[in-house]
Amino acid sequence: MNAHGWLLVCILLSSFLPGIVIFALPEEKTGLRTTLNLCGSVMKIVLIMVMNIGIFSGRIYEISLPVIPGVVLLLNADPLSALFSTLSSVLWLLTTIYAVGYLEDSPNRSHFFGYFSLCVTVTIGIALAGNLVTFLLFYEMLTLTTYPLIIHRGTEKALRAGRNYLIYTFCGGGLFLFAVVWLQTITGPASFTTTGFSSVLLESHRTQLAAIFLMLIAGVGVKAAIVPFHGWLPQAMVAPAPVSALLHAVAVVKAGAFGIIRIVLDVYGVENLSRLRLLPYLNIAAAITVLWGSIMALQQDDLKRRLAFSTVSQVSYIALGISLVDQPFAVIGGLVHLVHQGLMKITLFFCAGNLAETLGIHRISEMKGVARRMPLTMAAFSIGALGMIGIPPTVGFVSKWYLGLGGLAAGNWLLIAVLAVSSLLNAFYFLPILTQAWFGTQTAPWPEERSFGRFETRLSLLLPPLITAVIVIVLGTLANAQFSPLTWVNFIIRGYGL
Amino acid sequence: MISFEGQSWIILPLILPLAAGLFCFLSRRWAFALSLTAALGNLLSIGVLLNQFLDTGPLTYNVGNWKTPLGIALRIDGPSILMLLMTAVTGLGITLYARGYFAFRIAVPKRIGRHERQERFFWPLWMTLWASLNGLFLSADIFNMYVTLELISIPAVALAALSGKPASQIAAFRYLLVSLLGSLSYLLGVVFVYKTYGVLDLVLLSGKTASGAGMAALALMSVGLLLKTALFPMHFWLPPAHANALAPVSAILSSLVVKGSFYLLFRLWFDVFASAVTEPMVNILGTLGAGAIVWGALQAIRQKRLKLLVAYSTVSQLGYLFIAFPLAYLDMGTHWGTVAFMVLAHACAKSAMFMASGTIFLHAGHDRINDLAGVRSYIPVTVFAYAIAGVNIMGLPPSGGFIAKWLLISSSINSSQWWWGIIVMIGSLLASVYIFRVVSRFFVIPEGYKVPDRRPHSPLLEWPALVLALIALLLGLIAPYPLHILETGNSLFSMVSPKGLPL
Repeated sequence: MNAHGWLLVCILLSSFLPGIVIFALPEEKTGLRTTLNLCGSVMKIVLIMVMNIGIFSGRIYEISLPVIPGVVLLLNADPLSALFSTLSSVLWLLTTIYAVGYLEDSPNRSHFFGYFSLCVTVTIGIALAGNLVTFLLFYEMLTLTTYPLIIHRGTEKALRAGRNYLIYTFCGGGLFLFAVVWLQTITGPASFTTTGFSSVLLESHRTQLAAIFLMLIAGVGVKAAIVPFHGWLPQAMVAPAPVSALLHAVAVVKAGAFGIIRIVLDVYGVENLSRLRLLPYLNIAAAITVLWGSIMALQQDDLKRRLAFSTVSQVSYIALGISLVDQPFAVIGGLVHLVHQGLMKITLFFCAGNLAETLGIHRISEMKGVARRMPLTMAAFSIGALGMIGIPPTVGFVSKWYLGLGGLAAGNWLLIAVLAVSSLLNAFYFLPILTQAWFGTQTAPWPEERSFGRFETRLSLLLPPLITAVIVIVLGTLANAQFSPLTWVNFIIRGYGL
Repeated sequence: MISFEGQSWIILPLILPLAAGLFCFLSRRWAFALSLTAALGNLLSIGVLLNQFLDTGPLTYNVGNWKTPLGIALRIDGPSILMLLMTAVTGLGITLYARGYFAFRIAVPKRIGRHERQERFFWPLWMTLWASLNGLFLSADIFNMYVTLELISIPAVALAALSGKPASQIAAFRYLLVSLLGSLSYLLGVVFVYKTYGVLDLVLLSGKTASGAGMAALALMSVGLLLKTALFPMHFWLPPAHANALAPVSAILSSLVVKGSFYLLFRLWFDVFASAVTEPMVNILGTLGAGAIVWGALQAIRQKRLKLLVAYSTVSQLGYLFIAFPLAYLDMGTHWGTVAFMVLAHACAKSAMFMASGTIFLHAGHDRINDLAGVRSYIPVTVFAYAIAGVNIMGLPPSGGFIAKWLLISSSINSSQWWWGIIVMIGSLLASVYIFRVVSRFFVIPEGYKVPDRRPHSPLLEWPALVLALIALLLGLIAPYPLHILETGNSLFSMVSPKGLPL
């Protein structure tokens, strides 16, 4: 423990405390609530930037709380946690702005924003967790804090989606807990390290460690929506748009993907895993998920459902890259996609929310000619969609480029084939939307049009997707600039000696 | 002569509630003030005792300076001080809540006399029960424990019948019969022990070698205690008795009373008769515990009424305590630790749950789970308390329930009995089903929902439940302290290892 460790606690408190106060605020105090939210998220970004600079200059942030013998709660910031927490905090700020606009006149906002803040707190907690127990703590709390957001609308459909979400995540969480305890009895209280546990253990407990690895990956795979554990994700679409944005880009599926990264790199370690020879299974599971998600996305007419299946597919790129753990390029591609997918997907969900909120459009078949009515929104959407396909100069291209390089270097033709086919499928399900929106002619009146004065929609709804779209382009063109995600990922990779 | 120095603090937890109980009979007006004073005084004296205990280790006090075997000895070690502390904290919360509860009911214009009468009987009964519970935890010989068990049963049955509804009277009568049967069986066991060994003192008994008669005695005592602890399939009396009682009473019965007989049972098996305990015996209890976990949870899932759901959840949660038997037998490191966390967390969480259910019942006028949507809009604190207590029951981190679950699973793996760990996992998944069946209703406020006219209520009706639920939730973060207390207290029985071999 050191004095710097308290910075991590402050980072968590910067959204936890506003969240608690917001719960207690009466419904009408919109101004105060928004101020609290924004102050909290700006403060969080500032604190995380301070932490990032510290990490870059080699400072160690660590704070721990022993619970019972063998169980220690440990917060520890390494470059990888910096990557995830920066992503989460920046996107949280934008999503907060968006949510304030989106929920302007809906009921139960105190409740909503309270859980919203708690949700971000635990996501950052996942990023900063320094061992599996702490990770588990925040991972389970994430389920609890996202559940009220998913059922926020209170309809039967929402409740059903929420129920399925709980069934999937609790089963995954239970499996994960069992595996963590089991691992603990073998390795003792181990925190995340760049080398994983001692390879001596591998000699004596080979079968058990292999079983534990599969259980751990299945446990986090539920949230990362790896086929066949992805069933909850498309249903969770009933949640309000900012929640979907957060779920898909920052919180839930990302927590799962981040868990996979942690387990592979920091719990087992490159060395042990290449001796256990389990990663090809992860590789195949991820490849199936990438293709399956894309194929399912093709068949959806509901815009948000199509985006949801696209998430299923895109998040597994991260697992795909990580599974080729001895190929630096593949790992870079996987890690950097953690950030890139978040940026692109949140743009798409913001835009889908704008279409629904302004024109009542929920289906792709209703989108003909919509770009003429909402050009800025659709421009942002197009950038996000092109990024998903992997067209330069977007960030999507950078991810796929590195994944491809890694696949080539490993001679893993499966990965190359999956990349090619899925990019093709991405194009199949995104390009028709773009052509219809830009070049189609409107055939029917918009389902439910509302006017918001000067701009095509409310300003707080318009700005966030525009900002993220610009970031998608900027980070794609300046991928090698100082402090871009790619440079940071290279910095992370150096820590693992790859 | 009583001087309030040194070890004399040990008799305060007995005297204070007992005195308060006596005076409550005399004056209804001062009943709450007296009870609250007793509760606070009790907490204070246990704090002092805890402090002394941490300094010097286990304490023994001979009442009136008469030495054993003639006199009555009071004794404190790690497990017993934890139980006293649990009772003190939970009991204080329940006392405060009961005040808010009765005040709210008495304010209803109709049937005012009946509600006042209920309150008048509640306080003395509750205080007597509390004194007897403290007596059980302080007792040092198995006959005194029998006496305290009886003294617990009688006010407990009377409290269960207090609401006066026919359903609760039938349930209370059944509870009475079960309780008497259990006490008799236990008493018979005590007689066997006395006939065989000639001593009743726990520590003296723990030095004796097992014999056939000793085994028979242990069996008789265990059956009696199992009946009182409502281990599946002997749980049939519990759900109606707990669910039909008044809310503060349900909280008392579910969180404290069943723990009393369980404490004694665990003590007998692992501290006193450890040498007689064999593997098939613990496996039988473990299997029954597993049955309780699954059966209780499945029944809870099926219930349509909130209070019955919470009562069946108690049946299920008690099962975890018995899973600890086979694990404690083979994995010795933590036998009290696991049980202590389970008991502490469950006491706080379950009393919070019953209090919250009671508040919901008072405000909504019913406890039909399917019609609870919208409750959140007027009693948010209560709903929050229920949800947090639910986190405990499900055993999610960082609650005390999670720590207990962790210890159970890790010792099930350490002792290569992983199936118990799987039962624990299944139990908490089932628990999440019945918890979220209710909580998901809470989160919804139906469209066009109009907040009904609500009567004002004192904060005492809502906040004690929340505070207790939060204590249970944060128990996981302060886990080193209970463990430290337990470690200090091991010396009382340390001359015998749990398998009966001299160390």
